[in-house]
Amino acid sequence: MAGSITNLTDSTFDEQIGSANGPVLVDFWAEWCGPCKTIAPVLEEIADEQADSLSVAKVNVDDAPGLAQRFGVMSIPTLILFDGGEPAKRLVGAKGKPQLLKELAEYI
Amino acid sequence: MSVPSHRIVIIGSGPAGLTAAIYAARADLEPLVIEGEPSSTSDQPGGQLMLTTEVENFPGFPDGVSGPQLMADMRAQAIRFGADVVSQKASRVDLSSRPFGVWIDDPESPTPTHMADSLIISTGAQSVMLGLEAEQRLIGHGLSTCATCDGFFFRDQEIAVVGGGDSAIEEASFLTKFANKVTVIHRRDELRASKIMQQRAFDNPKIEFAWNTVVDNILGESVVTGLRLRDTITNEIRELPVTGIFVAIGHKPNSGLFSGQLDVDENGYLITEADRSTTSIDGVFACGDIQDHRYRQAITAAASGCMAAIDAERWLESLH
Repeated sequence: MAGSITNLTDSTFDEQIGSANGPVLVDFWAEWCGPCKTIAPVLEEIADEQADSLSVAKVNVDDAPGLAQRFGVMSIPTLILFDGGEPAKRLVGAKGKPQLLKELAEYI
Repeated sequence: MSVPSHRIVIIGSGPAGLTAAIYAARADLEPLVIEGEPSSTSDQPGGQLMLTTEVENFPGFPDGVSGPQLMADMRAQAIRFGADVVSQKASRVDLSSRPFGVWIDDPESPTPTHMADSLIISTGAQSVMLGLEAEQRLIGHGLSTCATCDGFFFRDQEIAVVGGGDSAIEEASFLTKFANKVTVIHRRDELRASKIMQQRAFDNPKIEFAWNTVVDNILGESVVTGLRLRDTITNEIRELPVTGIFVAIGHKPNSGLFSGQLDVDENGYLITEADRSTTSIDGVFACGDIQDHRYRQAITAAASGCMAAIDAERWLESLH
């Protein structure tokens, strides 16, 4: 399905990010984080509307603390845009849709 | 395209704004709630409770309730009675004539996005940062404004909380679930926090206090490695090695949108008439932390939101 959001774990992360066609926006989040919940619907909309240019994935830091540590995530929500398998852009903290689209403009 | 017109527009979506929305919606006034856009620095739909953990003093919840859950429930309750809640940010208001104009997105646009017969302002307050240059560089890299979001990342580490009020002490207590040691840095020699919170903190073996102390600088290039502290009495400087710092030193009102149009006090809080929600402009009402620097509780904000909705309803009726 176009625009669906994948959940990444310690064991699937490298393969999924490495084999992705085009940039992947990864949302590091957790169930207990209020601001993470407020941006979740925004990310769903972006995943849907920008399905042609980028995909969106999620990392639950409770389930995958290793990934959070590996990418130095110390604050959530953190969004990291992976381009060609490498972190290309990092956005810390909740942001509204217009601001997110502006920050991601060069990838969409 | 014609500009949609509303009997009541509510700007802000914390306990004050959503309680106003529940009352206004039940009075069939079909309020529009502009809840704000998610942002870590300016807006916070749901208000400050979105950044808390357990709320233990809101009546009706004997076992406590999580802040985000309480706000999600208030929002659902407002929507159930017909409030229209939009996740957008008000960028400008024109209060010079009625109906009032409210802009979303481009504040330079010649026509407002919404027209409002009456306006309820509940934009609340936001945390004040320390004002150090290092803050911009280190936010998200050991410097945090949300203990509930980020405490998890400081498991078995030594961290610091700056401040002496309820939020600082609540954060410090919460953070001991993860951290080995939490140092509370406070510029005075006693806390402002409520007695029950203070006692809990004093009894917690993981919490230490640095009294009469302020943060001179945050150390670390790419991640926080420590703090440079200054003793406010002796001016002595010392370093405290920590990997995390949480700031809870106070709040400032989100009243910039209304500057020059509504009367504010010397700290920027909107001035309301005693025992009323009325502001300096007829038809504009204010509730919650935007006009309250004394109590600043979820329950007092909710109560003042109820007052604002009733004041607005009566005022609208008086026009006929």
